[in-house]
Amino acid sequence: MGQIELKQVTKSFGEVEVIPPLDLTIKDGEFTVFVGPSGCGKSTLLRLIAGLEDITSGHIEIDGQDATDLVPAKRGLAMVFQSYALYPHMSVRKNIAFPLRMAKMEQAEIDRRVNAAAEVLNLADYIDRRPGQLSGGQRQRVAIGRAIVREPAAFLFDEPLSNLDAALRVGMRMEISELHKKLDTTMIYVTHDQVEAMTMADKIVVLQAGVIEQVGSPLELYRTPRNTFVAGFIGSPKMNLISGEEAAKHNAATIGIRPEHIDVVAEGGMWQGTVGVAEHLGSDTFFHINNTGLADTITVRAIGDISLTHGDRIHLNPRLDELHKFDAQGLRIG
Amino acid sequence: MARLVTPRRKLINTTAAWAIGLLIFFPILWTILTSFKSEAQAIAAPPIFLGFDWTLENYRVVMERSDYARFLWNSIIIAGFSTVLGCIVAVPAAWSMAFVPSRRTKDILLWMLSTKMLPAVGVLYPIYLLFIQMGLLDSRAGLVIVMMLINLPIIVWMLYTYFKEIPGEILEAARMDGATLRQELIYVLTPMAIPGIASTLLLNFILAWNEAFWTLNLTAVNAAPLTAFIASYSSPEGLFFAKLSAASTMAIAPILILGWFSQKQLVRGLTFGAVK
Repeated sequence: MGQIELKQVTKSFGEVEVIPPLDLTIKDGEFTVFVGPSGCGKSTLLRLIAGLEDITSGHIEIDGQDATDLVPAKRGLAMVFQSYALYPHMSVRKNIAFPLRMAKMEQAEIDRRVNAAAEVLNLADYIDRRPGQLSGGQRQRVAIGRAIVREPAAFLFDEPLSNLDAALRVGMRMEISELHKKLDTTMIYVTHDQVEAMTMADKIVVLQAGVIEQVGSPLELYRTPRNTFVAGFIGSPKMNLISGEEAAKHNAATIGIRPEHIDVVAEGGMWQGTVGVAEHLGSDTFFHINNTGLADTITVRAIGDISLTHGDRIHLNPRLDELHKFDAQGLRIG
Repeated sequence: MARLVTPRRKLINTTAAWAIGLLIFFPILWTILTSFKSEAQAIAAPPIFLGFDWTLENYRVVMERSDYARFLWNSIIIAGFSTVLGCIVAVPAAWSMAFVPSRRTKDILLWMLSTKMLPAVGVLYPIYLLFIQMGLLDSRAGLVIVMMLINLPIIVWMLYTYFKEIPGEILEAARMDGATLRQELIYVLTPMAIPGIASTLLLNFILAWNEAFWTLNLTAVNAAPLTAFIASYSSPEGLFFAKLSAASTMAIAPILILGWFSQKQLVRGLTFGAVK
């Protein structure tokens, strides 16, 4: 139904090549997240798939059909925009019905589908309001409603939650995940927030400067990052990356260790330092540790509440079997 | 904190605003008053403001002497058609400049505006000759075309600024939703830009209605609009101020009334985007 394949796709704006040749396959029904820092080309890639931008060279196939030269409407994809992009002069009902009207569907069928979508998204009470009278979360639901009524081959989401406040974002995140399970349709989701990527994705595509750094399931990326960029980008708080003498002891140019893989011990740890900032969350404590002689700061996540504060001496033992090793090019060893 | 407005200050501001408003409106008021005077009272020194013998004589004479309805009809046709035609050309033009700009778009916009800086009389000769050759002299069709062309830069500019205010993502959403270019213009862009388009049309209609240089130079009898109607009372028979005023009042009344009823729309359109 909704397999999307990119073959040697490139995109240049004038002289600037934002996406060098890129290959990617998104399987039918998969929830794929494009993640990367801002300006990495993830939104451009989504727009290329949508057909809102023309690709410079290469091919895009949707369901095995060459879609490279198809206009957006003919690709059978639906998109949810960051700004929601609702039609301000139409009621919620008309907004959701718009794609169906454009497809010249019968009025009875339009009504049936719009009502069904409104039901699923809890919009029934607002159906005759205009977008201007809705809250951010409701607008986002209308945008999703407009996308689902078309029963598209795939959904494209362009940072859909970044205009919402933190609490609402968590809620919407779950709603979108549930929607995916219910509809079982291919979804491509662009975000710069690696937490969103980790929690929602079946497959994460990490991008940097238009280049795919790694593709894999959230836990694959977490456990075996292919290079130092992915290692530093995936996971919160960030993985500690240590170069120099300490890395050389492990026959690597850089070693990485996640904050939760360092144990705080009372005496005689492998590493020592002073506590810079201690964040006490109750269930966990995050220590940002200075003066270790390894890196500027080492972040440690300790379970429970440990009563060390600013300036205290701290002893650390990294779990050596959880160590990630990278060579001089930043690529994973072993 | 909001600025403190004392009652005294408010009174001063209100008085000043009314004074300036009256000052601007005074010539029109004077014209209207004069149209109800006799010719003798119209040129009386010192001028009489209100204490004259009100008469409709001037209107009766003007109506008798010239075919007001024909001039009015010509004005409506010329202003109306040039506005509609201009809109049909300008909406797609402004759309393309606002949403798919090229590197030269800004230059084209400025170049278009620069044609408005040219004194009209500079191109009178070539246009007059063209009109003779094409048999457009003293025809409504000819004036519709000229009027549309001279106002086009303004319509395109105004629409361009309104369209610029519309987020591109909404149009992209329409494209994703399966709208063709035509549907995108009809169902999404135009309804969203209605206030802007309406005030542009209104302004253009007013400009075309009041335009005198081309209407006077390119018409004689058949296509002559109200501007020519006023002019016909200005000189040949000596200065008859009261009749001239009556003719003027009759010429500006329709547009004045139109402007009065649509002032809210006009102001909203002109400040569109500034207060969003």
